Parts: sequence; structure tokens; C-alpha cells
Amino acid sequence: MDDESDRVEDVEARLLLEGIEQVYGYDFRDYADASIRRRLAHWLAESPFDTLSQAQSSLLRDSKIFLSLLSGLTVNVTEMFRDPPFFKALREQVVPFLKTYPFVKIWHAGCATGEEAYSMAILLNEEGMAGRYRMYATDIDEAVLATAAEGVVPLAEMQKFTRNYQNSGGTASFADYYTARYGRALLAADLKKSIVFAPHNLTADGEFGEMNLVLCRNVMIYFKPSLKERCLKLFDASLVPGGFLCLGMKESLERRAIGASYQELLPTLRIYRKRYA
Amino acid sequence: MLERKFRLVVIGVSSGGVQALKRLLGALPADFPLPLAIVQHISPDAGDGMARLLEEFCAIRVKEADEQERIVAGTAYLAPPNYHLQVERGGLLSLAADGYVSYARPSVDVLFESAAAAFGRTLIGVVLTGANADGARGLKKIKDAGGLAIVQDPADAFAREMPAAALAATGPDYLLPLADIAVTLLRLAAAAQPGKKVADV
Repeated sequence: MDDESDRVEDVEARLLLEGIEQVYGYDFRDYADASIRRRLAHWLAESPFDTLSQAQSSLLRDSKIFLSLLSGLTVNVTEMFRDPPFFKALREQVVPFLKTYPFVKIWHAGCATGEEAYSMAILLNEEGMAGRYRMYATDIDEAVLATAAEGVVPLAEMQKFTRNYQNSGGTASFADYYTARYGRALLAADLKKSIVFAPHNLTADGEFGEMNLVLCRNVMIYFKPSLKERCLKLFDASLVPGGFLCLGMKESLERRAIGASYQELLPTLRIYRKRYA
Repeated sequence: MLERKFRLVVIGVSSGGVQALKRLLGALPADFPLPLAIVQHISPDAGDGMARLLEEFCAIRVKEADEQERIVAGTAYLAPPNYHLQVERGGLLSLAADGYVSYARPSVDVLFESAAAAFGRTLIGVVLTGANADGARGLKKIKDAGGLAIVQDPADAFAREMPAAALAATGPDYLLPLADIAVTLLRLAAAAQPGKKVADV
């Protein structure tokens, strides 16, 4: 009986994801099952509905209810300077290459609430690149983009972020980058100057042209292999020869279609450089 | 019940875990016929040192789980620090960087619930020593999905809270001291169909 109720839940989830794709154009059918299942269950538990079939009619007819689910399905937990060794390598090994260009373009795919985009801006400004880059920070969820554009992070996190910043080779005083107010930290306005926050859907939208660096960390781990290949192709098409591709610490180009066109700049830190030929 | 064909063992362990895993995994032979997926609570900054330490100590293969790695028999996969470990249908491992679940990342509950949904009756869940309640909800899910539950006797555990919480959440099939768990897994696994690919679920 329990086996059967499980199977019904799977059918419900499949039907709902199919409906969402047809009505709203967001395609979650190529997301890995375990995470989607957990996130659907979590949303359902907080909702007034008992089952996904019961919720389906409201979800497909009321876009407000759908948006609450969308945020739940795409949630990406992020930190400033997450994985300090990665940001240290970016600063010491990648930025020297970027500095050889008069102007660089960066695509940060799946930026969520923007913590890593602001981290990158801090790093580039400290390394003397202020005014010489534009960063396109994109996400599927417009609600998190609005939060990202505000440049506000919970004050409670700042202690951890400060430690991360210091461990990543930060050269200034981290407290100079934000103002504490009502339990929130407002990030310095000049960090935003070169960041463009924009919606982009990795399951459906196209590439960004002529990028020198693409950063997409801990986003594709939620995708099935087919969707992951699509994203990597998109990143490859976006990058100039000699451009850099930065993935999450547990993601790799091993056994991926585009893998042969890239060399791993530093082992274990998942920083790849696109070959010239 | 013993003719059941098991295909995967999932283990949750927290404080006192390194010693417990050394004893449990160290007692399994290299040809242990099932894969094992393990969540040991660990500092987010820890490297893969623990997998390498256990690998040296054990006859079975022990490694940190890679994203979308296919599970094979005789191998133990540890959740990487700072990531949840999940099992997908078809026997692929997946990782998630979501927030803490049951105050932990990796979380035992996340591993157990994903494995219960993917492997149902062919799953064995094991809760060992630990000083929190992670794994209790997941072990109940494993039982609800028809899987088999083993809990370390709290009296025998380095930290009793985690096995005690599991006992409060569900009735296990076996309540055992650590020393008896490996031999029980061997006996249960012996019923697993020889020659059949573990991933063919």
C-alpha cells in the first residue's frame, strides 16, 4: 500500500510539472528527482493543500500561488565568498588574465539573492578593475532577483561572510562594504554599479555573447544530465576563447561533451579555461 | 523475510562516527555485494580526508560521493562536507546545496528520504551513534516504504541521542550493538541476488 501511495505521488508530481511547463513555460521536468520531490513536499507541507493533485488547479490558474511554488523549487542557498579557496584562486590566478583586457564581461548564471555576484564585485574592485567590467547576474526567479538588486543581506550572516572574505585573500576591512541597519546589512551602493541583474531561464533561454568569464556554481547539480549538457553548451557558446568557466566544488567537466575544449586551471577548484583552438 | 533482495544500505552517523564507521565498514569484506551511502555529520570546511582515512582502513572501497556517480557494490560513498547526498531512481547519486535540514548539511534525513523513495523495499537503513535527532524522520520513511531498519543500541553508542530518537520515531527490525551490525548486514546482503547489477532498479 505504501509502495502504491508513493507511485501516486510520483504521478501527481509528473502531471503538475507538465502542467506548469504548458501554462507558465518553466520546465522542471529535467530537474533531478530527489531534490524536486523534496522541494515539492516542503512546499505542500506549508500550503493549505493535502496533495499535489488538489493543489494543481490553484497552481495552474493562480499565478500568485504558482510564484510561491516557483521560489520554493528554485531556491538556491548562497553565501558571500562561499568556498574561500575558490575565491582566493579567482583573485590570484584568474584576475591577472582578466586584467590584460581593457574591459571584461562576466555572466553569473543562477545568482539567487546575489551574494556571490557582490563577492565578485568586491574582489574585482580590490584588484583594480573597478569600471572595467560588466557582470550579468541572472536567475530564473524574478523575486530573488529583486532581493539581489536591493543588495541587502541578513546581518546575522555577516560574521561568517567576514571570515569567508578574510580566508579568500580580501585586502580591505569587510565592514567598509556594508552598513548595518535594523538587523540587515545594506551593501555599498558602488558595488552594484557594474552589475546588471536580469531574468534568464537555463532550461529555455539562449546564450550571452562574448563573455570572458562564466560562473555557475551549485545550480546544475539539481539538473538531470541532459539539462546539464544543455547548460554547458550554452556557457561554451557564450565564452570567448581563453575565457574562464567556474563551477561548484563538486561539479566537473569530466565526461562532458565540452570537456575536451577546456583545461582545468587548478585541480579541485573547478576553474576551467577555454582553449584557443 | 530473509529472501528479500536488498540493493542498497544507507547509514547515518554523527558524533563518534569515525570510530563507528571504522569498525563497521572495516568488518565488511571487499566483495560485499551491496553499495553503501553514508552521511556522517562533518564540518563544512573538512576536506575528503575522512574518506581517504576509511579507505585505507577498509577492505571495501570508500570514497567521497561525486555528483551523478553511479553506485556499485562493495563501495561506500560518503556525503561531501557542506552538501546533502541523495539517491536517485536508477542508482545515481546526486548532491544538493540547499539549506540545513534537521540542523545539518549533509543531513541523514535527506539521504534516507531520497533513498526510501528510490529503493523502497530493497533498502536497508542504519542509524548509528550521534548527539542529535537527524535520521529519525528518514528512518521512519524507510520503514513506511517497506525497507528494513537497523538501529545501534543507544546503550552501546558513543552518543545515544541519535539512535534513541530513531527508536522513538519507528520500530526497527534490528536493535543491535555496533559489533553485531556488520555480520547482520552480511547475512541480509547474502540474500541479494548474486550477479544482478545493483543499479538495475
